[in-house]
Amino acid sequence: MHPAISIKNVSKNYGALQALNDVSLAIEPGEFFGLLGPNGAGKTTLISILAGLVKSDRGHAAIMGADVQKNFRDARRMLGVVPQELVFDPFFTVRETLQFQSGYFGIKNNDAWIEEIMANLDLINKADSNMRSLSGGMKRRVLVAQALVHRPPVIILDEPTAGVDVELRQSLWQFISRLNQDGHTIVLTTHYLEEAEALCQRIAMLKQGQIVALDTTPNLLIRYGSVKKDGEGKTDLEDVFVNIMSGGAL
Amino acid sequence: MKNALNKPILEYGSGFPTLLRKEIMRFYKVAFQTVAAPVLTAILYLMIFGHVLEGREMYGRLSYTAFLIPGLVMMTVLQNAFANTSSSLIQSKVTGNLVFVLLAPLSHFEFYAAYILAAVFRGIVVGLGVFLITAWYGLPGLEYPLWIMVFAFLGAAILGSLGLIAGIWADKYDQLAAFQNFFIMPATMLSGVFYSIHSLPPAWQIVSHFNPFFYMIDGFRYGFFGVSDISPWTSLIIVGSFFVVVSAIALQMLKKGYKLRH
Repeated sequence: MHPAISIKNVSKNYGALQALNDVSLAIEPGEFFGLLGPNGAGKTTLISILAGLVKSDRGHAAIMGADVQKNFRDARRMLGVVPQELVFDPFFTVRETLQFQSGYFGIKNNDAWIEEIMANLDLINKADSNMRSLSGGMKRRVLVAQALVHRPPVIILDEPTAGVDVELRQSLWQFISRLNQDGHTIVLTTHYLEEAEALCQRIAMLKQGQIVALDTTPNLLIRYGSVKKDGEGKTDLEDVFVNIMSGGAL
Repeated sequence: MKNALNKPILEYGSGFPTLLRKEIMRFYKVAFQTVAAPVLTAILYLMIFGHVLEGREMYGRLSYTAFLIPGLVMMTVLQNAFANTSSSLIQSKVTGNLVFVLLAPLSHFEFYAAYILAAVFRGIVVGLGVFLITAWYGLPGLEYPLWIMVFAFLGAAILGSLGLIAGIWADKYDQLAAFQNFFIMPATMLSGVFYSIHSLPPAWQIVSHFNPFFYMIDGFRYGFFGVSDISPWTSLIIVGSFFVVVSAIALQMLKKGYKLRH
């Protein structure tokens, strides 16, 4: 069985800037995987390579065994991406946006599934509203819905809760956790480390375009955690992140 | 939720029809701006130039107004075809929503065909609107409708392709405006919309022959009157060749992901 995501020796330069340096990684089907790192570490570049938005200079990437460049149709059909930016098409309503997204994947008669996604993301009341009229949180929900219209087995969320209120964050994580329990592979990037600690079974940390830590969440806490000053001895992922980024490495 | 999510999609079609429909819907939703406004502009041209230059005889038998109408129709077709692809792409790039199309399993051929056919559709819809209203001032003939359709389609497809190239190339609105104002507009206005090139000095007649837009207008006008400055077959060969060249450039840009997939 193919890994859900396979990344082999991927490098990417933007001029003199090395965004990714010989990154290799395999994510198994059904995993809830965290991709963490400071700004500019290469997370979004890596996601963009998987989505076919950026071409790597070296190396290969595949989604469920389908190479993202050579077999791009299969790779993209098996991948849903929630982009970091709140982007939308101002000409259309929520329902039209989802119908168009479904159609881009060549799926016909998908209205029942679109209704179900909207119901699960509390978008039904806004279905016929123009995208311009939605709040930031509702636009974020539409982005999630767009990533799901073609029922992809692999879903990547690039900082989906940035600027989102607590209520939406919780409902979004409940929904994403259900998708994961249903067998979907989830890859998450976030700066909210407590969310990553609570949700992700395994985590990779990127620094300056290289993976500097890769392990299960409990193992990372044991290996890189430090005793807190409060004396309780409890460590968290923030500790681990700071320790690794300040010099510790795999 | 679980059953629906895990239900496999057994058959995928092409995303091309949806992208075509989306591009048509995009201009239809603002039809007042994208259809009504250019029709009004063309009518103003006809009223002003038709009034000032009425009395001139073209090709030895045509009133100036009758001569002008096909040129205005074709100019409108060309400008709107260019506007459709270029404005759609630059808006999608600047706002970032082009990512939804780029994430989909669309080939560069599907992408190209959808954008160009939508541009052709808008160009012909607006051109038809101009024709129907301006015909009230003096219906030109319809000698060879097939030539009219061929040149309208090829002209719109060429300008749609140029709009796609400009929309991909431009990073900012002012770059696109420069492409439009310093290339498309002069080439269109100096193509013989308002005059026969035989009325020009010899040097400018030669210059006009290097303008591919001249052949689009002249061939299109031949379909109405059965007379033109040069043979419609010559125009067809040149316009057809130009279409192949601009299509090849646009397709190559899409295939390489130039300024789209970094």
